[in-house]
Amino acid sequence: MPGAEIQLRGLVKSFRGPDGPIHAVRGVDVEIDAGETVALLGPNGAGKSTTIDMLLGLLKPDEGSVSVFGREPAQAVAHGAVGGMLQTGELIRDLSVRELVSMIASLYPAPLGVQEALELAGIGEIAAQRTQKLSGGQTQRVRLAVALVSDPQLLVLDEPTVALDVEGRHAFWTTMRAFAARGKTIVFATHYLEEADAYADRAVLMAHGAIVADGPTTEIRAMVGTRTIRATLPGVELDGLQSLPGVSSAERRGEAVVLRCSDSDAAIRALLAAQPDARDIEIAAAGLEQAFLALTG
Amino acid sequence: MPLVYVRYELLRTLRNRRFFLLSLGFPLILYYVFVSPNRHVRDFDHTGVSLALYYMVGLASFGTMSAMLSSGGRIAAERAVGWNRQLRITPLTPRAYFGVKVLTGYMMALLSLLALYAAGSSLGVSLTALEWLKMTGLILIGLVPFAALGVAIGHMLTPDSIGPAMGGGISLLALLGGVWFPLGGSHGFLHDLSQCIPSYWLVQASHVALGGRSWSATGWGVMVAWTIVLSVLAVRAYRRDTGRI
Repeated sequence: MPGAEIQLRGLVKSFRGPDGPIHAVRGVDVEIDAGETVALLGPNGAGKSTTIDMLLGLLKPDEGSVSVFGREPAQAVAHGAVGGMLQTGELIRDLSVRELVSMIASLYPAPLGVQEALELAGIGEIAAQRTQKLSGGQTQRVRLAVALVSDPQLLVLDEPTVALDVEGRHAFWTTMRAFAARGKTIVFATHYLEEADAYADRAVLMAHGAIVADGPTTEIRAMVGTRTIRATLPGVELDGLQSLPGVSSAERRGEAVVLRCSDSDAAIRALLAAQPDARDIEIAAAGLEQAFLALTG
Repeated sequence: MPLVYVRYELLRTLRNRRFFLLSLGFPLILYYVFVSPNRHVRDFDHTGVSLALYYMVGLASFGTMSAMLSSGGRIAAERAVGWNRQLRITPLTPRAYFGVKVLTGYMMALLSLLALYAAGSSLGVSLTALEWLKMTGLILIGLVPFAALGVAIGHMLTPDSIGPAMGGGISLLALLGGVWFPLGGSHGFLHDLSQCIPSYWLVQASHVALGGRSWSATGWGVMVAWTIVLSVLAVRAYRRDTGRI
């Protein structure tokens, strides 16, 4: 896509560590179109935050380049085109929520109304409270209002729901959907497969500083959303198990067999029909981490 | 300068009541403790300046110096909660960012200065309008290197380490600058050393009462040199400090 609005090209970034260099990002290429909602999905330490810092111009890549709406990240930020919610962050104290959001809004050329941003983030009722008196979830929503009030074309969120409970998460993503519906581009980092699946159009999977998969979330789900069935079945032929419906591979571990399944419901029915004496059956969802290990070899 | 932003930044500083009362109150208490019993000393330690005036400017130097450096404490606290990184992804320019920090420091310094002027007047300090103005001008100019130093340490130190660094640093600058008493007579190593320190020239602002030259060419030179060195340090510290803490 030569006309992509956001381009990350050949990004490489290392940091000095106590035992030599840490290669946080090693060759990331992503192109994002206007209006897309893209999840950067990966386990901790995959290089998501480093990639986001480079996208926002907070870090300079060792190699490669970033272009945001045809500009360098710093320029795009200076023009008010980018809003961000960083991973770590609390609020400065001694201001009310409304004052803090107004303070940030004043820095932008064409911000949303402060009241609109507060309502969008669902914090209209706590607008008069001082920032140091808020709960963790409220703080996170104020940070969201701070990111939204600039009315950015590109909104970047680094693990935005980590501090939220289930209800808070739901409310958060409802807000995001409303914002995306305004034609905005959203890039968010997460290590929750469910979040990427439910809220992004597309997921970019990262592991060990590189992209291991990039595609519509439905495809990604099929790739990493596998389940495994484990059962004690001494002396059974693996070939027979492998050909069962819903099973993509089978391996033996001592007395037990482990079946990697594309459709575990179909697989378990077929397994019990074919091998009625299978015992100690466990069905487990592959964690993101294991799925990534499988993908990266 | 982004005016709404400046307004909230100043408001925020004034609302921090504990900080406000301590930084304003401490020099005032010291002033009354030192000066009240000796308020009639006309020529303090052969300086040619009354004790009430000497300590008014000495403690004003101490108070304003602390006020300027306190912006470092605020910056370190903001960095620790990630607010500085949040600001860097807004259109706020580094120039405006520095400007607002310096302005906030000056506001606190000015309040501290006015409080000590009031205390000095209550204990018999009497100057002409021109002398008050000249003295205020010299002090405000003399604070420029401290403004840069405040920003620099704010971006170099953590909130844990900035307390001891500021406590020790300000005590040393105050002692060498002659806040408590003139140091080292009129020549010798201590005299030469203290002349190289910006706080010395802050304290020398009291010499306006003697008429004529308060700051020698050396004084102006020292101030300009420190301003340049510390500003470069502040800008470098700000640029290097983009990472997550």
